[in-house]
This record gives sequence, C-alpha cells and structure tokens, in this order.
Amino acid sequence: MADEVIVLDHEYSPPANRVIIALKEKGVAFVSKQEDLPNNKSSLLLEMNPVHKQIPVLIHNGKPICESLIIVEYIDEVWNDKSPLLPTDPHERAHSKFWADYIDKKIYTSARPVLTTKGETQAAAMKELISSLKILDAELGDKPYFGGKTFGITDIALIPIYSRFYTLEKFGNLSMNEECPKLVAWGERCLQRESVSTTLHNQYETYDFMLEIRKKLVVE
Amino acid sequence: MAGEEVILLSVYASMFSMRVRIALAEKGVKYELKEEDLTNKSLLLLEMNSVHKKVPVLLHNGKPILESLIIVQYIDEVWHDKNPLEPSDPYERAQARFWADFIDKKVPCKISLQWAAKGEELEAAKKEFIEALKVLEGELGDKPYFGGEEFGYVDVALIPFYSWFHAYETCGNFKIGAQCPKFAAWAKRCMQRESVSKSLADPEKVYDFRALTGLQIFFIIYMFDFYCLNSLDFIRSQVRLLLNFVIRISSKQAVCY
Repeated sequence: MADEVIVLDHEYSPPANRVIIALKEKGVAFVSKQEDLPNNKSSLLLEMNPVHKQIPVLIHNGKPICESLIIVEYIDEVWNDKSPLLPTDPHERAHSKFWADYIDKKIYTSARPVLTTKGETQAAAMKELISSLKILDAELGDKPYFGGKTFGITDIALIPIYSRFYTLEKFGNLSMNEECPKLVAWGERCLQRESVSTTLHNQYETYDFMLEIRKKLVVE
Repeated sequence: MAGEEVILLSVYASMFSMRVRIALAEKGVKYELKEEDLTNKSLLLLEMNSVHKKVPVLLHNGKPILESLIIVQYIDEVWHDKNPLEPSDPYERAQARFWADFIDKKVPCKISLQWAAKGEELEAAKKEFIEALKVLEGELGDKPYFGGEEFGYVDVALIPFYSWFHAYETCGNFKIGAQCPKFAAWAKRCMQRESVSKSLADPEKVYDFRALTGLQIFFIIYMFDFYCLNSLDFIRSQVRLLLNFVIRISSKQAVCY
C-alpha cells in the first residue's frame, strides 16, 4: 500500500529537523513542504494544526500528527520494521523519553532568549543553557549515543541544536569543546549518519541564519 | 506479579502525583506510597530524581521512572493486562499524547497567574484558563471520556486539576462549571471511578495546603513545571496568600483580593 507522507517543515527549525531525520532513518519516502514562517503560514498548516498553528506536522495518508517528539514516536511505531528509535525494554524507553523531554524543556526553552535578548538577560540565559548542556554531556558519558550503541530518540531530540554550537560560541564568547567536549564528539559522530548530514545545515550557514533572525527579533 | 516492589514518591496535593496514583489504581497495582515534604526532600527523592528533584517518582524494583506522563505510559506498558489507558492504534495514541501535552502546556501556567495576580492580570489569566478548558471541551465533544467509551490516558492527565478548581474559583471569584458545563459533567463522571475518587486530593485541603506553604518558594517551584512570575511578584503573592489563610482560619471565611 503506498503511503502518502507529507511534512510541514522548515529547514532551520530544530523540531522539524527531528521529524525529517526520523523519517530518513526509517527509509520512508516523504514530501517536505517548507512553510514561510512566521507570518505567512499556509492554509494547510492552519487546517492540520489548528490548536498550535506550528510546524512540524506529519500528514500521514491525510491525517495530521503534531508535536515533534510525539511524531518521532509515531514514526517509530508505524514503521517498526527497521532502525528502532526507542528501546524495547519499558524502563529504558522511559529513560530515553525522560531525556528527550529534558531536552525539550531545558535546551529549547533557554535557547530562545539567547537568540532574542541582549546584555545581562542574554548572559543569564546562556549560562543556564550551558549548564543544561553540561548535564547532557555527563549523561552521555562514554556512550556513543544517548541510548547506548544505537542512535535513538534522545539523539534525534538534541542533534538539531548541534548546528547551533558555533552560534553559541560566537554569542557567548566560549568554546563548546571546552564546555561540553563529549557532546561535540557525539555531534560529529551523528553527522556521519546520512539522515543527519543531509538534513541539518552546517554551523556557519546556521550562524548566518541566526543573525538574520536576531536582527528581526531583538528588542532594541 | 510476585516479588514486584513498587514505591511512589508523591505529594498529596500535586496534580502530577495524582495522575500516577490514578494509573496505579486503574491497574490494581499494589504499591507503597511515600509522602514527600517538598521543603525537606528525602535523600531517596534527591538520589532518584537528581536532575529535577521533583515528584512524582515511581520506583519499580529499585529503578526510577520520572515525569508524570512518562510514568503513566510506563505503567500502561508494564501492567498491560488490565484497563489499557493509551489507545492501541498508533494514530489514536499520537492524538492522546498530543492532548496530554496540550494540558501540560496550557493548564498549569494559568494556575500560577491566578494565584499571584489581581485586577486585569487576574481577569486575563482566568480568560486564558477558561479558553484552554473550552478547547478541551471541543475535543471531548459528546464522548463520555476523551478516549471515547473508556476512561483513558487523556482523562488521567486532566482529572487531577479538578481538585484544584475550588482553590481557583475561590481566589478568582468565578465558577468554572458554569462556564464549562461539559467539562464539569465529564469531571463528575470521572469522579465516579474509584481510582479517581480515591486518588484525588480533597479540594478544601488543596486550598489550605497551598496557602500554608505560601512562603516556601521551592515548594511552589517544584509543584508546577511552569511558572510565569518573577521572584518579587512571587514573594508578594505568597505573603498575600498566607495572610489570606490566616484571616480565613480566624474568621472561617474565604477572603480573596
């Protein structure tokens, strides 16, 4: 049966990147529709995600699934014949979901003020972001991936932020290799995967894009 | 199952702890309940949830599971022989998780605003809160439960907030049931389930509990996953709450301003 899989997407959106990476890991054929954000959302997006009106949205045979980590779990459940993204053991599954949730709460929430504020507010947000990344650095430890030997949901949750490490270094005047050396090595390891390298923009393109966004968003 | 050790680190008035208590009761799991004092957290809590230091924490044969919705999913997977909570169809399951996530994003934040604010801020917070409930009412429709005919995952995620409604209504001077009748009917239906009625905190106790610990900032921070106040507003709100409580106890009358 031919599946119709569409992703309402944006090339620089980390939550959208997660969905694309997951689909590529599973070898699922899909169509990506780039949204013109934030002010020109398509009528398809507004219809498929009327509650939050946000990307990403996965449309599978006409039915929408929203919220990036929920979409990744859905992808794992439906296309369950290859590349499992979650462990089978219930306790390990809960552990993976906990860290993916941590990334959503701590990394993405403090990343935004780093981008959109300045001075002391930005410095405080940067400090919090770095301390959360250090906790992830410790959690990763000497494992190749967060789940152990296999690339999984926690790696997918975090890897889009790796493209922003150069931006963080420039904004915070710091070295990510000094702050979170294990994460840097992990990021490079993940970039060896085709699903990741063909989805994420490189650090410098991302930095240019962040500067453009910052011009529009920073309150002067 | 023989030889299972299940312990729940919980706080009586915590909506997130209540979710887990309901799920365990639905599955008929025997467990030991350890009530935490958030102003004096046990070493066990600090060890088992070293990242967030929050309740609830489920300990299953010594291994911790954290975050209320993740715990509920875990309980549903492990004790899968009875009262399934999540739908079996992947699409329906994704929808249920979406709505539980909506609840987490839209309901607790408004609570913080209602406790601290007055005047225009309070009215705005009430409006947003009611709007969130109305969206949920729209999703519920004419179904007896969010999952359809059977009590399920989204119902478990939402019903604990019902025990806090008396506190909001008292402080916000409004009647939630009058504005959201479908929601009120659904809540009453859920309360008829033993798992719910035995797990939900007494609304009066929730109100007093909240006022009593008003000056304890860490308790409040850990009670809610999201809070929207800066610390000075927060301290002011807690002093007001405590005074309110003292007046209430002495005059046996709820006073909110």
